[in-house]
Amino acid sequence: MKHLLSIDELTVEQLTALLDLTDHMVEISSRPVPKVPALRGRTVASVFFEDSTRTRLSFETAAKRLSADTMTFNVGTSSVNKGESLRDTIETLSAMGVDAFVVRHKSSGVPHMVTEWTDASVINAGDGWHQHPTQALLDCHTVTRSFGTGNDLTGRTVAIVGDVKHSRVARSNVRAFTMLGADVVLVAPRTLLPPEFIDWPIRAVDSLDEVISDIDVLYLLRMQRERMDAALVPSLGEYSARFGLTRQRADRLKSDALVLHPGPMNRGVEIVVDPADLPGSRILDQVRTGVSARMSVLYTVLSGGSVPPAGGAE
Amino acid sequence: MSSFVLRGGTIVNPDGNFNADVVVRNGVIELVGDTKGDLPVIDATGCFVSSGFVDLHTHLREPGKEEAETIETGSRAAARGGYTAVVAMPNTDPAQDAVHVVEFVRARGEQVGLCEVLPSGCITIGRLGQQLVPFGALAKAGVHLFTDDGTGVQDPLLMRRALEYAGQLGVVLAQHCEVARLTEGAVMHEGACCSTLGLPGWPALAEELMLHRDIELVRLTGSPMHFLHLSTARSVEMVRQAKLEGLPITAEVTPHHLSLVDELLTSFDTVFKVNPPLRTRADIEALKGGVLDGTIDAIATDHAPHSDHSKDQALDAAPPGMLGLETSLGVVNTSMSLSPRRIAEVLSWNPARIANVSDRHGRPIAVGEPANLAVWDCASEWVVSRDHLVSKSRNTPYDGMTLRGRVRHTVFRGELVVKDGEALK
Repeated sequence: MKHLLSIDELTVEQLTALLDLTDHMVEISSRPVPKVPALRGRTVASVFFEDSTRTRLSFETAAKRLSADTMTFNVGTSSVNKGESLRDTIETLSAMGVDAFVVRHKSSGVPHMVTEWTDASVINAGDGWHQHPTQALLDCHTVTRSFGTGNDLTGRTVAIVGDVKHSRVARSNVRAFTMLGADVVLVAPRTLLPPEFIDWPIRAVDSLDEVISDIDVLYLLRMQRERMDAALVPSLGEYSARFGLTRQRADRLKSDALVLHPGPMNRGVEIVVDPADLPGSRILDQVRTGVSARMSVLYTVLSGGSVPPAGGAE
Repeated sequence: MSSFVLRGGTIVNPDGNFNADVVVRNGVIELVGDTKGDLPVIDATGCFVSSGFVDLHTHLREPGKEEAETIETGSRAAARGGYTAVVAMPNTDPAQDAVHVVEFVRARGEQVGLCEVLPSGCITIGRLGQQLVPFGALAKAGVHLFTDDGTGVQDPLLMRRALEYAGQLGVVLAQHCEVARLTEGAVMHEGACCSTLGLPGWPALAEELMLHRDIELVRLTGSPMHFLHLSTARSVEMVRQAKLEGLPITAEVTPHHLSLVDELLTSFDTVFKVNPPLRTRADIEALKGGVLDGTIDAIATDHAPHSDHSKDQALDAAPPGMLGLETSLGVVNTSMSLSPRRIAEVLSWNPARIANVSDRHGRPIAVGEPANLAVWDCASEWVVSRDHLVSKSRNTPYDGMTLRGRVRHTVFRGELVVKDGEALK
């Protein structure tokens, strides 16, 4: 596997191999000195055309735990308009000697385009509304390891709630959870669903109350305030009342149901209860797992993915 | 002026096809029939000989964006595509909203001398949708088609006034149908594919809503109107109905909307970003139906050159548009089965009439007629190469594709400007 651009491009075997390798990375991360020399001498460049401190730090921490060198290229949206084309930017960085690009962009497809302009590996760290494959990987790892049923989610129902239309997290997770055998149900106002999803392996329901007591995983998406300005929902209050995780809804969850959120949370909007009061909350586990999942991806694309990294500390 | 004979071709005329040689001398057709003698012979064996093609929709980019195309390179691309006249779209910089700008475009076209460049005019000053251009002065300067192409005229009151005012002058307004509010940020056709790719959708409704409005404005004002680059099945149906009702409207489709499907965007290649966007297979079939039954009057290229540099951007930042002049016949002939007569109708006779140049283009092949001719076939196969285009830009969506049917020679005002597929000057 040279690149990780989209969950759609993975086979089930590749997905489960990444999940299993993540277990190994979790073990490395738990050591007193959480660092192995697996990627020593390799250079990982984070190229973030859209700000995302959390994702960037997660990738850079992952790279450092594998002893890779890191460099960071932060592009304000304005400098994109200063005349340098996307291609020029990538070719320039590539010439400095990069083994893997970690790319985030507000427009769908940019990581795909980058693969045309460099020989390096490319990892999609989120492109537009399209894909965020490492998020899906860490989410699947968090969920499967919580349930303790290996990589199998057969018989489990995952509800993804909120702004599916504008969500790369949702697009990646619909696919990833389905590949592991789960049933995925989308819960959102019609304005926040994609225009046409007849061929998606999911069903959609109109109300969270309809499914809240039957689901095994409640995946809350971030509700962005600008969606209200675009008249996609009448108000955040109304959104919260119809789709937010209120105390009443939390009380109706199954006792072993998990609650996930990709962060950053809008407290009082999609999540009204304090997650600290939710026994099923895995929101901090997601962040922790994120580093290990990204170690697993970096290792896989940069090593050819065959041999697990050497166990010894540096 | 040169003289030569096009030998061995099949003449495509409104009253029928027949085999004959065509002798061209001093800019006119001197003889149609059997020839002998010592005139230079241009081989037309296996080819159709028709009036030269007329493109209603060409972006020549000059003045203002000469890095992408110039009147010279665009004229050469046109000639290579069999065109002897092109309507130059007015979204130049400065825009073609004033007499001196359209006079520059026309004069530069004459200077280049590879095809006739017919400047269109804007409907509103600077294409800003606020103030009408001086239609009278521009009409006097020879402008016949007026459009804000690139955007539609959003304000229904302004559009009504434009139709009322311009209709009186005998000129034609051409609308780019797009309700801008419905396509803010849009990158590709709104449907299943954009949903999966997470690309902002461009709903068919944005085109259809404005088309519907303007058909009703034509009904109200009685002024004629031409509809640019229609792309949806519903649009074709609306035009069909309006024509049945006798409204004075005409419509064009592009070769790319007859041949390319929205799913090509799964490659995220910006060469496939175009306005209006590539649509679904059902839309393509409906557009073909419109071409076959006469609902669609013309095939126009919407030739839209962009430099590699500007296309090497993310999909949301890359400009929409693709090349069309050098591939149109091959694309149309490969995509659908049209008779040579229908090809001549939609590429030459009808657009010549819509552009109001049928005194010199889109004429029958007959003695005394001006020698603006295209010699083409529907059988030879060729592979498009972006590196073998005479346009200044390279943004063809057909790179590497095999097309069937090709323009072999082009004669403009009695001069051979393209021979065996290659531009002579």
